[in-house]
Amino acid sequence: MIDDRLVERFRHICGPEHVLTDRHELRTYESDGLRHYRTPAALAVLPGSADEVRQIVLACHGAKVPWVARGAGTGLSGGAIPVEDGVLVVLTRLNRILEVDLDNQRVVVEPCVTNAAISKAVGPTHFYPPDPSSQVVSTIGGNVAENAGGLHCFKYGFTTNYVTGLEIVLSDGEVATLGGKELDRPGYDLVGTFVGSEGTLGIATRITLRVTPEAEGHRTMVGYFDSIEQAGQAVTDIVGAGMVPAAIEIMDKLTIEATENWTHAGYPVDVGAALIVELDGSEAECDARFDDVMEIYERNGATGTRVAEDEDERALIWKARKAAFAAMGYVSPYYYVQDSVIPRTRLAEVLKRIDGLSRDYGFKVANVFHAGDGNLHPLVCYDARKEGELERAEELSGKIVLACVEAGGSITGEHGVGLDKKQLMTAMFSEQDLQAFQRLRCAFDPDQLANPGKVMPTPRLCGEVPGPYRKHPLEQAGVAERF
Amino acid sequence: MMRAAGAEGRRVRIRGGGTKWSWGRPAEPPEVDVSTERLDRVVEHNEGDLTAVFEAGLPFARAQEALANAGQMVALDPPFGLPGEGDRATIGGVVATGDSGPLRHRYGAPRDLILGITVALSDGTVARAGGKVIKNVAGYDLAKLFTGSFGTLGLIVEVVMRLHPRPPETVTAVGVSGDPDALGEAASAVAHSPFGPECLDVSWDGGHGEVMARFVGAAPEAGAREVVKLLERAGLDARLAADDDDRWNRQRARQRSADGAVVRVSGLASELPKVLRSAREVGASLVGRAGLGLSWMTLGEGDVPELVSNIEEVRRRLHPFPCVVLDAPAEVREKVEVWGDDGALPLMRRVKARFDGPGVCNPGIFVGGI
Repeated sequence: MIDDRLVERFRHICGPEHVLTDRHELRTYESDGLRHYRTPAALAVLPGSADEVRQIVLACHGAKVPWVARGAGTGLSGGAIPVEDGVLVVLTRLNRILEVDLDNQRVVVEPCVTNAAISKAVGPTHFYPPDPSSQVVSTIGGNVAENAGGLHCFKYGFTTNYVTGLEIVLSDGEVATLGGKELDRPGYDLVGTFVGSEGTLGIATRITLRVTPEAEGHRTMVGYFDSIEQAGQAVTDIVGAGMVPAAIEIMDKLTIEATENWTHAGYPVDVGAALIVELDGSEAECDARFDDVMEIYERNGATGTRVAEDEDERALIWKARKAAFAAMGYVSPYYYVQDSVIPRTRLAEVLKRIDGLSRDYGFKVANVFHAGDGNLHPLVCYDARKEGELERAEELSGKIVLACVEAGGSITGEHGVGLDKKQLMTAMFSEQDLQAFQRLRCAFDPDQLANPGKVMPTPRLCGEVPGPYRKHPLEQAGVAERF
Repeated sequence: MMRAAGAEGRRVRIRGGGTKWSWGRPAEPPEVDVSTERLDRVVEHNEGDLTAVFEAGLPFARAQEALANAGQMVALDPPFGLPGEGDRATIGGVVATGDSGPLRHRYGAPRDLILGITVALSDGTVARAGGKVIKNVAGYDLAKLFTGSFGTLGLIVEVVMRLHPRPPETVTAVGVSGDPDALGEAASAVAHSPFGPECLDVSWDGGHGEVMARFVGAAPEAGAREVVKLLERAGLDARLAADDDDRWNRQRARQRSADGAVVRVSGLASELPKVLRSAREVGASLVGRAGLGLSWMTLGEGDVPELVSNIEEVRRRLHPFPCVVLDAPAEVREKVEVWGDDGALPLMRRVKARFDGPGVCNPGIFVGGI
């Protein structure tokens, strides 16, 4: 329970209408994109300015009450799920674009401006490359917390490559200005350190982003293949030819069926896999590379191809891909999204393992794949209404992730660790590695009031002495088990 | 070694190739010199995955040579980092200082290309962060924290870098003018154009200025020709240059100075004319990443008081842009604050205290005497 005096304090800071204590109202915020986890907050507060955020955090610090910051709540790892008896700081009112400085290719925003609004503000000449599929609703603050990726990472990079400055509120209520519009300000790269810290180091209240000019030309083309392995080989050939396409995406048969059902984008449902390649650059460069890609499609046995003839068709091709998660509802009432990464060259072998695991558990697994950077999104289809299925789906999901780690990959490429994957951290990192992470946490938030219980597999104190050396878990690959 | 130094509180100075050894604030001489010289292996080159693992002491040029066989590169071209420039800058040193060259325009800085890191801390901890795949958000990004930290948090042992294909052909559009405003306008037009040059630089020396944009790929000439038109429209005398390696290597070399002082200006692209005029006023030459607002200003030889007063003059004119003194004679470093200050200093001190509790890693050389 939150102390009455603290509740009064919040009402005084934000106005009574922006402090929610009603159990029913709070239900809105008990979950995020990871829907099967739920924790009601003791209280939600909706500040209207950076200074109100500072005062709230300061008040929490005084009372040693933990808090969680939340944007649109689209995160897929449970990073914005409240902590019990804690405060939920809902930032949705901080939604202003503060400055568009196109001369310097910078945009300054409050945290709850949506991702899509940035590109809109600087278009059509410029755009903001990180483009998570949820971009219409997901917010820049959340993108910063998770280091969000998207479809164009292989060429353009991630959120962290586009944030140049941050104003953050630390858990003791101090405000720190990190970076700015300029690059290479003296000192540690605390901007790069903060991005992707999943709300555990503070709250970003002002974010400076870099935007980039739109390329002269685009070519978007889809190749259809009998198998996902053929599509994978085509990707290998494209990369091997020295191309860095703006996007390379693979959808498998199950995903195509689901997404076609919903978006009617014109993908044939009888193919084994679709490979979407988007080239950008000067028109001459696009023309030269277009022929190369088509030749590679053909060489790898493409059963058909589709080329976007205009901007509308390009948008349609992408609409289908971006709708993949949501459309899965047509195939299965419940699904569990994973976000593991593999070295791309191990694709065929990892897919075989996923297929085997899928059979063992008797669950369908659909695969959507950021093929350029090796980021797999296996969607485990299950039915939560059936006793024990959720648990088994989670178990299968965990095994898929471990298979990816064993292949030299990562437990998460863009969704974050959050609650969902914190127990899997030990599959990737040793105790010494985790202790090093904890040092950073303690430098920013020694009381650990910011989003506690996320990211790190076990609670730990600040000031703890690092333990003795232990064999790295990867050296004992395969022994790690979820839960 | 790090544990012993930490336990005994002895000051450690970490050294790679020593090319940037003098950078930073003057500090008490170290008690222990740690050289990464023998950590010089390419641990992995995962050609199909566009990643490589290097030990920190590996000369950067040797890493690039090894990758070139596969038509790949680490897309960084800092001074002393190309084959033919000797086994000088090391990969660890480039990461620790965040150094970069003209390729930064497209590919970013070391912070943008580092995927993973292994570090040794002053209590003997050896920790790893990041991973070996080009996309990964598991755990805190300590690789970025250590990149550009000048060895003040610990010793970088090993790094994982993202690789890029080495482009087949290059051609450069060059425009010449003595007018800072025209150069600024030209650079801005190219930076905002949809043609996507790989590099976009400016140079200034004795009243002679150039804007240059390098194009690469399967059909680089088309973009370059469009850019020649943009340069001409801004009033520059423009042309195409095909054999352009020397030109870009000159740009890289001019980020350093053996005798004079080099000030790195973290400005804004739109203020390029102002930066050029400041260089002109103090008789400095300059190279810069015109689209990014970064410039390296070389204040030529001169006596110490003159160099010091010129540095202060540049700072005054360009305030509030950070102007960091990189190369400079020792007497000059004694008299100027090489870093300038930063508002986030208290937080930086907290980070330093957590990672290097005994305070033995390169003490005193960094921002605020960290």
